[in-house]
Amino acid sequence: MKSVKVLGTGCAKCKQLYQLIADYKAKHQFDFELEKVEDIMDIMAYDVMGTPALVIDEKPSFVGLPSKQELAKLLNAN
Amino acid sequence: MFQFLEDGAAYFVRLIGLSVDSPFGAALHFFLYDSVKIIILLLLITQLMGLVNHYLPTARIRSFLSKNKLFGLDYVFAAFLGAITPFCSCSSVPLFIGFLRGGLPLGLTFTFLIVSPLVNEIALAYFLAAWGWKFTLFYLFAAMTLAILAGWSIALFRLDSWLSPWLQEALAKTQAVQQQQFKAGKPNFLAIWQEALGTLKKLLPYILVGIALGAFLHGYTPEGFLENYLPKNSFWSVPLATVLAIPLYNNAAGILPLLEVLIQKGIPLGTAMAFMMATIGLSFPEAMLLKKVMQWRLIVLFFSLVALLIILLGFLFNAVAPYLI
Repeated sequence: MKSVKVLGTGCAKCKQLYQLIADYKAKHQFDFELEKVEDIMDIMAYDVMGTPALVIDEKPSFVGLPSKQELAKLLNAN
Repeated sequence: MFQFLEDGAAYFVRLIGLSVDSPFGAALHFFLYDSVKIIILLLLITQLMGLVNHYLPTARIRSFLSKNKLFGLDYVFAAFLGAITPFCSCSSVPLFIGFLRGGLPLGLTFTFLIVSPLVNEIALAYFLAAWGWKFTLFYLFAAMTLAILAGWSIALFRLDSWLSPWLQEALAKTQAVQQQQFKAGKPNFLAIWQEALGTLKKLLPYILVGIALGAFLHGYTPEGFLENYLPKNSFWSVPLATVLAIPLYNNAAGILPLLEVLIQKGIPLGTAMAFMMATIGLSFPEAMLLKKVMQWRLIVLFFSLVALLIILLGFLFNAVAPYLI
């Protein structure tokens, strides 16, 4: 079971990213755990330099807002 | 450089049967010429920044800065890197923490944080369009100097104890993070182009509204119209503009097109610049964000320091305006 986390303190872009992944998940019947991490202390643990950040299986994989193609690539990579 | 655009816009205005000297004709001409010019410049600059971002992501900048401590030169680097990296204000907190955890001093982190919003792609595109490269370079240099001075003063007073207690604890507990080796692959030009278009799409409404307002003022108010209402060389106009701008939270895109026109109509250059810098660089929403990592006293100090330096810059711009434009 893959785990996917969206790190962000609740800015517009962070919400967009979360929505993007949720849509993708629903559309492709993809099975993974999706959660939001909004607490700054928890975010700090991942040592990312910007938000929103995408963490796949506890590994920071992307900072910012990926395009749909990029997102698909990231989610299917491992 | 943009002569053909200006001529094209003038031709179009005449084509629909208006004189470029009539109020509406002048406004339309200004609107067409300005918006096309700014869109072109903005696309060019976002492309360039996208490339910079590809080769110099913030993680790489952090490791560069933590390895190169060059007798204060590191501040110059931080200011320069802050100027050329685009970043949105919602990233400022993670960036702030990330820099500190990478072992960078607080003052240096502040330098980066101050310069980033002041030198953004919209400001650069706009200044190039309105006042040319000499002015733009001077602005860049001035903003960097401002940020370096602010960072130095914060370093001088050793204000680490003014960070949020939890952050101080966390910083003391963790070892400085391991800096990962970084290799940039081939840049993906298509993605950078799409990103630039996306940025443009987001900003366009603000830009167009700003330019439309500017065009209206340009066409329908006489030159020097505001001079009657503003004491021209009043000592107080710069600080007043700065303080008034702090509660305003305006996207730079909306405020910049108005600047050019306001200056034509009689507001001194430095006063208008101070207003703009304070609007972009200091905002209440940003203060709320920073509250997570700093105590109030540090935020207040940071804001006052930047406001003070902006005021100084405003005076400077007023003094050198005749040589720049």
